Amino acid sequence: MNVVAPDLHRERAEAVPMRIAVVRRIVQETPDTATYWMNLRRRADRLAYSFAPGQFNMVYVFGAGEVPISISSDPARPTCLAHTVRATGRVTNLFPSLSLGDEIGVRGPFGRPWPMREAAGGDLVIVAGGLGFAPVRPALYAAMRNRAHYRRVIIMVGARGPQHMLFARRLGTWTHTLRARGVEPHLTVDIADDAWPYGHGVVTTLFDPAHLDPRMTTAFVCGPEIMMRFAVHELLERGMGTHRIYVSMERNMQCAARMCGHCQLGPAFVCADGPVFRYDEVAELLEEEEL
Amino acid sequence: MRFLDREGLGSLLARLVAEGYELIGPTVRDGTIVLDRIEAVDDLPAGVGEVEGPGTYRLVRRDDRRVFGFAHGPDAGKRFLFPSSEVLGTIGRRNGHLTAPPAEAGAEGRRAFVGLRPCDLHAIEVQDRVFRGGPEPDAAYAARRDGAFVIGVNCTAPGGTCFCDSMGTGPVCTVGFDVALTELDHGFLATAGTARGGDLLEEAGSREATPGEAAEGHRLLANARVHMGRSLDTSDLPGLLYRNRRHPRWADVAERCLACGNCTSVCPTCFCHDVVDDVDLAGETATRVREWASCFSVEFSHTAGMEVRTSREARYRQWLTHKFASWIDQFGTSGCVGCGRCITWCPVGIDVTEEVAAIRADDGAVALEVGA
Repeated sequence: MNVVAPDLHRERAEAVPMRIAVVRRIVQETPDTATYWMNLRRRADRLAYSFAPGQFNMVYVFGAGEVPISISSDPARPTCLAHTVRATGRVTNLFPSLSLGDEIGVRGPFGRPWPMREAAGGDLVIVAGGLGFAPVRPALYAAMRNRAHYRRVIIMVGARGPQHMLFARRLGTWTHTLRARGVEPHLTVDIADDAWPYGHGVVTTLFDPAHLDPRMTTAFVCGPEIMMRFAVHELLERGMGTHRIYVSMERNMQCAARMCGHCQLGPAFVCADGPVFRYDEVAELLEEEEL
Repeated sequence: MRFLDREGLGSLLARLVAEGYELIGPTVRDGTIVLDRIEAVDDLPAGVGEVEGPGTYRLVRRDDRRVFGFAHGPDAGKRFLFPSSEVLGTIGRRNGHLTAPPAEAGAEGRRAFVGLRPCDLHAIEVQDRVFRGGPEPDAAYAARRDGAFVIGVNCTAPGGTCFCDSMGTGPVCTVGFDVALTELDHGFLATAGTARGGDLLEEAGSREATPGEAAEGHRLLANARVHMGRSLDTSDLPGLLYRNRRHPRWADVAERCLACGNCTSVCPTCFCHDVVDDVDLAGETATRVREWASCFSVEFSHTAGMEVRTSREARYRQWLTHKFASWIDQFGTSGCVGCGRCITWCPVGIDVTEEVAAIRADDGAVALEVGA
């Protein structure tokens, strides 16, 4: 198969230098995940830097190396850059020991973004699971800023439990704000407690209450592969076309320049051909184990 | 077509040395023919031949004094143009502040490769697409590549694991050479691939080849084509491998494969690598080092706290499918040049041509249990 996306804007990076960023604010999101807000240190870098929703940076921690981390902040404010990081590997395990004022390296942005323009004119539904909320949050920001471009904007978020819901501090205020700005929030957790006022169950249980209009909808889906597979199948069952569904894939990336070979998913280099793919480009690949 | 005698080749090499080239050519070491620094034509392995088979490599004495009377050892141009370990740059840390100075272009000398095979020349073209054709061309690779002078040698003694004829890459040099030679008993037929190569052939005292010499060259190369140790049916390899992701042969080969990574090390096109940080004892300087990596290691696919390809079956499938199928989608060329090194240097003698043939023979078969 060929991965082609003539309709998508694709960044063609010229030799991208490593820029130095300073950690300015740390927000603990869940027991193992925090959002690190940072500014690029040099003014020239701040002025030059911009990104599109769904893109990622190679983030460098001194002595440990680089990891690909999606950008979770508002693309309209690229000087306030946020990365939401779960401490889980050699490099990311060093994030919890970062303090305010510490410096890290940032190379990017890389990758194919969410197709905000292709989704315009109809309904936009964003489906996120767990840490998958981070890469779609910039798309949510962008949709809110350009609310008139879309008919309905729906965000569905699933997490294991209330304590695993990202960006969820003052959840009541947040959902209220979203509704006030014309976004329909639908939240659910696999395991709820008595204080949890939203849905209970996996993220696909949110599809019926949302009353999606398959003819008019574009879906951005991001989460663990198994979650994306189930979410996409539910969307397809409701009559959505495979070319209106987009997923964000995750693989090991060490260069972000189609060179190191680690991020291959079949014929695709996820770092450059993705991380966002139109579902029909990768449908066959997602059905295989250990690809 | 030109003719160059043994002294003429010596003179050509001497001229390259005089111009400041480091000569890299075949020479005998540790019971194999390796590519290494040579000084002159006398360092070439005169009268040495090879026996290659699955998991088998040994040198034999030839009954002539030919200097290219073998196929190839484990080395190709790769380890010189894409070194197994290479410093990309350094990151400094002082008082909590990081510095990331732009990488300096290495001041490496120019190299002249002597005796690369047609498969090796194709392999370099394949790696060019990887390291120079992407969004961020590798400047250091490009400098090494542009500085290289290449003397290719057409194969008159293909090895027992060679199948370049099937892959369309040999046994005759067609790309990527300044000068190409065909070795005859008393000297070399020589063709220039570049103006620079033509000039050097003149300066080295070559003469027009006689019709008899040219005919002998044709005969030797035609003979080489029919003496390939292996062959591979390449028709629609991408389609074959993509539709057979669940073929039982993957589990079968995984039973034999040790996942040692020898094949990826000797493969002249395998380009996958890691980038690792090497920190000095003071904790002030981190050196970013690029090192060859192998898709046969479990950690190769490490993503978000887990490995994608845990089973050996999945790793072998990744390697073979990448080499013969997805490489074409990615770079517009097969990743296999038919050199057969992966067969020769596999410690258990796994033969890619046999594995692909087994899948083709049972095209469409589906394993009862998939994955791990």
